[in-house]
Amino acid sequence: MTRLALAIPTVLILLTMVFGLMRVAPGDPIQAALGGRVSAEELEQRRAAAGLDKPLAEQYFEYLGNALTLDLGTTINDDRTVTSIIVENGSATLELTMIAFAIALIVGVGVGLLAGRYRDTYIDLGGRLFGILIYAAPVFFTGYLAQLLFSGTLGWLPSSGRASAIVEFELETVTHIYLIDTLIAGDFDAFWDVTKRLILPSVTLGLLISGVLIRLVRVNLLQTMRGDYVEAARARGIPERRVVIQHAFRNALVPVVTVAGLQFAILLGGAVLTEQTFNWPGIGAELIRYLNERDYIAVQGIITVFALAVVIVSLLIDLVNAFIDPRVRY
Amino acid sequence: MRMPRILRPFTQATGMPRWILFSGLILVAFFVLLAIFAPLIAPYDFDQVSSGGERFSKQEGPDGAHLFGTTVQSTDVLSRVVYGSRTAIEVVVLALVFSLTLGVPLGLISGYLGGKLDRFLVLIMDALFAFPYLLLAIVIAFLLSDKLGQGVVTAAVAITVVYIPQYFRVVRNHVISVREEPYVEAARALGAKPFTIIRRYVLQNVIQNVPAIATLNAADAILTLAALGFLGYGIQPTEAAEWGYDLNRAIDDAGAGIWWTGLFPGTAIVLLVTGFTLVGEGLNDVLNPVIRARRLRKPEMPEAEEEPTRA
Repeated sequence: MTRLALAIPTVLILLTMVFGLMRVAPGDPIQAALGGRVSAEELEQRRAAAGLDKPLAEQYFEYLGNALTLDLGTTINDDRTVTSIIVENGSATLELTMIAFAIALIVGVGVGLLAGRYRDTYIDLGGRLFGILIYAAPVFFTGYLAQLLFSGTLGWLPSSGRASAIVEFELETVTHIYLIDTLIAGDFDAFWDVTKRLILPSVTLGLLISGVLIRLVRVNLLQTMRGDYVEAARARGIPERRVVIQHAFRNALVPVVTVAGLQFAILLGGAVLTEQTFNWPGIGAELIRYLNERDYIAVQGIITVFALAVVIVSLLIDLVNAFIDPRVRY
Repeated sequence: MRMPRILRPFTQATGMPRWILFSGLILVAFFVLLAIFAPLIAPYDFDQVSSGGERFSKQEGPDGAHLFGTTVQSTDVLSRVVYGSRTAIEVVVLALVFSLTLGVPLGLISGYLGGKLDRFLVLIMDALFAFPYLLLAIVIAFLLSDKLGQGVVTAAVAITVVYIPQYFRVVRNHVISVREEPYVEAARALGAKPFTIIRRYVLQNVIQNVPAIATLNAADAILTLAALGFLGYGIQPTEAAEWGYDLNRAIDDAGAGIWWTGLFPGTAIVLLVTGFTLVGEGLNDVLNPVIRARRLRKPEMPEAEEEPTRA
């Protein structure tokens, strides 16, 4: 309950920050997006329609109210509601990030446990170097290399887009998650097309996140391997194998949940870059596009969604954490 | 002469941490040298497209005249990579100076004084920390670009905003644990002013954590700078050479099999970030007692009369 109470001021501060930042932006939104292209009267009209002629305080409270009901206005340039951007492009981002996250967990936890278990051996060195290198490589560089190799030289996988034009056109969108939509339609060729396009971006993004997990899991394992209960298990004559797997590994993985939650923000940032690299029509790519077009209402809406998502995810993570770790109570 | 505390990890490190620390230092030193002597090392200027009245050919593969080839704008890739290290080092140094001078004092004051100010600052910093850092940097860079232009300073400030909360958190949390230590209480009992206590007793203890975070943040800063450049909100191509921008241009080349425009700047990023990360990890290994390997001194035994049989 306390945890929930703490989330409220965080949301408020984040929303206030977003609102403040967008007002500092040069020129007012309508002027910035449409200036010079429409008449002065129309500018005035659009301004009134967007509620920008009201006093700042009123705009602020209106924004807060709208943010909480997820009614974030309509973009200036192409008249889309921000809500539809969230549904259409957000689902593309969700699809990408979920698969990437699964890859990150498998690689990160696997390599991390191996490195920690065989501390100071070549396995450890190799695992750590892999972690450091993967962290050191910007996701757009890894993506670029993957494109060079797998779509350029080998020609195995397409380098951009979410689906081929035909699939995009024919696909009936139910969930907006193409992997699921193609299955619902029972069209396996389309499913394969969509999967093929998902591989490079999701692996690229997944490896990025795995770097952080490798480090964390390794250090955690080193700590738990020193725990009294591990020593006690050994003293009871339990075989080393079982000591490591049942006593050390399990406990080493508890904090991963917390940190995995913290990775969410990185995941979102990484998604912006990955989407840009692979021409993935996600919400991050849309954000950059609207920023380039100076469509502040769209930008404000998308950033608000990001901020809310971050708070909600961290709240969920804490709850899950309290559930699996009896020492944590809120 | 007594060695400053802050340098001690470099001499105390042994084994793998030592190896990690020193290979990191070598990598970083290499790029710092490239940055300082860029005009001497680079064959051409970063935006030079012709030499002796002859225009360089476009997207030409590596050869004698251009060791790393040329870009789509006919600039020399090697020169851009070399000058890029200058940009990267400049931004990192500026960002570190900015975020240290703001983050550390804020953390000290907030942690030591506590109370309402502390609670307020913690809330703000936590909110900043929770926000996707890249988005924050993009928005700040975007907002500043009108006032400061899209140069080194704008990029550094955008990165600073992202890292202040980290220094703040670490320093504040450490201060809180140090604040109640007997020696601080003793100083307080002797009537030392808060400022003196913070400076002489608290700061001295807290500052030890900073090098490890600072080097890890430097690594992060390089990545953020490149990401900003890649998205078009970093340093303008007319201002300086920047690796992220080069990679952005290179993505279009990938399909055509042109690898040299992206591979070299990308590798430069990886190497420099790896360098900083290795230094940070090495420092962490040495400084963090929880994961520090215990080095037991072998007990000295009197020489055995006969060779003991090994079990």
